[in-house]
Amino acid sequence: MTQQPAIEFDGVVFGMGDLSAEFSFRREAGSVTAILGPSGAGKSTLLNLAAGFLTPASGRIILDGRDITGLSPSDRGISMVFQDNNLFAHLDIRTNIGLGLDPSLKLDTGAWTQVDRALERVGLAGFGKRMPGTLSGGERQRVALARAFARRRPLLLLDEPFDGLGPGLAADMLGLMLEIRAEVGATVLMVTHDPDEADAAADEILFIARGGIAADAAVAGFFERRDLPDLQTYLGSTGNN
Amino acid sequence: MLTRTEHRASRMAGLAALVAIGLALAVPIAVLLSHGGASELSSSQGDYLVQITRFTLLQAGLSTLLSLVFAVPLARALARRPEFVGRRWLLNLFAVPLGLPPLVAALGLIEVWGRNGVANQGLGLLGAETPFSIYGLSGILLAHVFFNLPLAVRLILPALERLPPEYWKTAANLGIGGLPLFRLVEWPAMRRTAASAAGLVFMLCATSFTLVLVLGGGPAATTLEVAIYQALRFDFDPGRAVLLSLIQICMTLVVMLALKLMAATAETGDTKGGSTSRPDVQGGLHALPDAALIGLGGLFVSAPMVAVIVSGLSADLSRLLTDTLFWRAASTSLAIGLAAAALSVVLASFLVRGRYSAGQNPGSPALGLLAGLSGAAGSLTLLVPPVVLGAGWFLMLGGGTGQLLAPLMVIILINALMALPFVMRVLEPAHQNTLERNGRLAVSLGVVGANRLKQIDLPAMLPALATGFVFAVALSLGDLGAIALFGSDRIVTLPWLLYQKLGSYRTADAAGLALLLGAITMALMIVAEKLGTWNGSAYR
Repeated sequence: MTQQPAIEFDGVVFGMGDLSAEFSFRREAGSVTAILGPSGAGKSTLLNLAAGFLTPASGRIILDGRDITGLSPSDRGISMVFQDNNLFAHLDIRTNIGLGLDPSLKLDTGAWTQVDRALERVGLAGFGKRMPGTLSGGERQRVALARAFARRRPLLLLDEPFDGLGPGLAADMLGLMLEIRAEVGATVLMVTHDPDEADAAADEILFIARGGIAADAAVAGFFERRDLPDLQTYLGSTGNN
Repeated sequence: MLTRTEHRASRMAGLAALVAIGLALAVPIAVLLSHGGASELSSSQGDYLVQITRFTLLQAGLSTLLSLVFAVPLARALARRPEFVGRRWLLNLFAVPLGLPPLVAALGLIEVWGRNGVANQGLGLLGAETPFSIYGLSGILLAHVFFNLPLAVRLILPALERLPPEYWKTAANLGIGGLPLFRLVEWPAMRRTAASAAGLVFMLCATSFTLVLVLGGGPAATTLEVAIYQALRFDFDPGRAVLLSLIQICMTLVVMLALKLMAATAETGDTKGGSTSRPDVQGGLHALPDAALIGLGGLFVSAPMVAVIVSGLSADLSRLLTDTLFWRAASTSLAIGLAAAALSVVLASFLVRGRYSAGQNPGSPALGLLAGLSGAAGSLTLLVPPVVLGAGWFLMLGGGTGQLLAPLMVIILINALMALPFVMRVLEPAHQNTLERNGRLAVSLGVVGANRLKQIDLPAMLPALATGFVFAVALSLGDLGAIALFGSDRIVTLPWLLYQKLGSYRTADAAGLALLLGAITMALMIVAEKLGTWNGSAYR
């Protein structure tokens, strides 16, 4: 059975010469992919290309059968969560989520109800009027997930979103992310540097090294592989396993 | 850290500097006050005072408004376009008016915006009936915008560049752009800095002397400072000068208190070379409005400077350079500049050292006062503008035109006080750094007292001292405020000479002089800047 991929990178090239990167892969709807690799290898470049923050020199990016390569970031059908600064610090929580529903903040009562429901969903009911600065780091990431939940976009991009939260909290957040992903029916690309996190959350791996995809594989048994020198170096140098 | 003996010496030095500055400010004010009692206020004089005060506030308010109205969109456009060819150049260009002698800038502005200037020719082609007038209120506003628009841009831009890159990515991801982005993200980020920039610009415009003297004049377009000058120099009416001075001091006091209340932190932050990318901003044709705004801003600021260079080069420079009067003025200017800079650096060093020492002992109220006063000494000199200071000394010296040494001393003193806040801002962090780095080590090795000053502190602070010194020389070289009252056939400085050439319509000579004066001060500013970055990197 060949299902249409939800997201596909078709010979996407970015940059030139020694610094160029090239990516080709496809993922099915609802899958969770962990993107791993040494720093500077191009993990964020891949994510930024998908988000539309970077424009490829050649190649196509296809989302749900639609070529989105030339579309602006907001027209692509993407939600994104960064490691930090997901919320505008001077705007309250409701406004931060509301902006995800309408960029000029013209929301009717129905939309505001949606905002409140999203807050409820991540366990932050009643936090709407608070400012981001009064929330803990974990709570702020919950708000970012709430915004993604309210937006219901088909592709969810996560850039080391739970880094620096501590292992217990990170695991909780990962669980919440997976639930939300399931409820929205989104496909997830998640940059992480934690093999355990990849193990716990992802179905598949994209291992990036030197501006290309060094391995595209299922997560099961991936970290036991001994045929990838880059992986050996990566795991050895991070001190894991 | 300092030893007990060193503490005592530092505090004595700080106190001595404070007393010297206090006297330099208090004596002229006391003289003004004692003269003030003698004068009677007629109703026509009252009307005149009200009119002058109103115009001072009006032009400062309008100048501030215009500068900010253009600076906010321009800073926004520059933040939206973090990488285009020449961006760094443009930002450096925007730093130039800050160090340009106002008289030189005024000449450039007249070249461009005067009756026969390029701007009016362009306006004429566009079908404008009445030409733009560089003289009067419109000219004063234009000149103030020329000086303060770039300053405000350089103050506001870092507020936008400081925002985390994720903000712009999120904005792009959510599709927030245009007016909503301005309303929800950009303006909230700029608001505080824009407010403190507005306060600073208002202060600068309310106390601006040279530009108003050259472009204004006449009862309809005279500010307090120029009126003080006119009262002393033309009418010899000390009573009026005193009243005007007192109004001026009250006004600056109110403005400064208001600024303090707003907790103004108007520091030109680091304007990065645009490392933050802006994925929310589209290129291509969408860049046109930003490009137009940036282009017009660059043209507006650069045109007068280009005009100074062009008209200066077409003047008879070789004849000017063989003129003995030029060399007399240049050497007088240089001598005044060197003396003022030396005095300023010494005063600032004493204050900084005394403040540091007094600050080490937070329990004592007397030392707290010393620390506070030493810190405030810089801004105190802003409170009493040079012309007001000069007015007091002028009255004390009884007109002063016949004498030579006393007026020279006063000019040096005023220029040194003018430079003091800037010099202190350079010295304070360097001194702090030096003591933090070497203080304990020096004491543990027993290298203290004069030995420490000679072996450790002075060498470590040399770049900062040099920066402050050169900056003070440049500031003094371009100043017309202090010399305006005392200038005579016997005391001629470069700005004074330039002002006289302008007044007697020796336009070609003025253009040549302006080029020379501008080039000298700019060269000094660049040297100070280079020393400053060297200083900064030496501590990294």
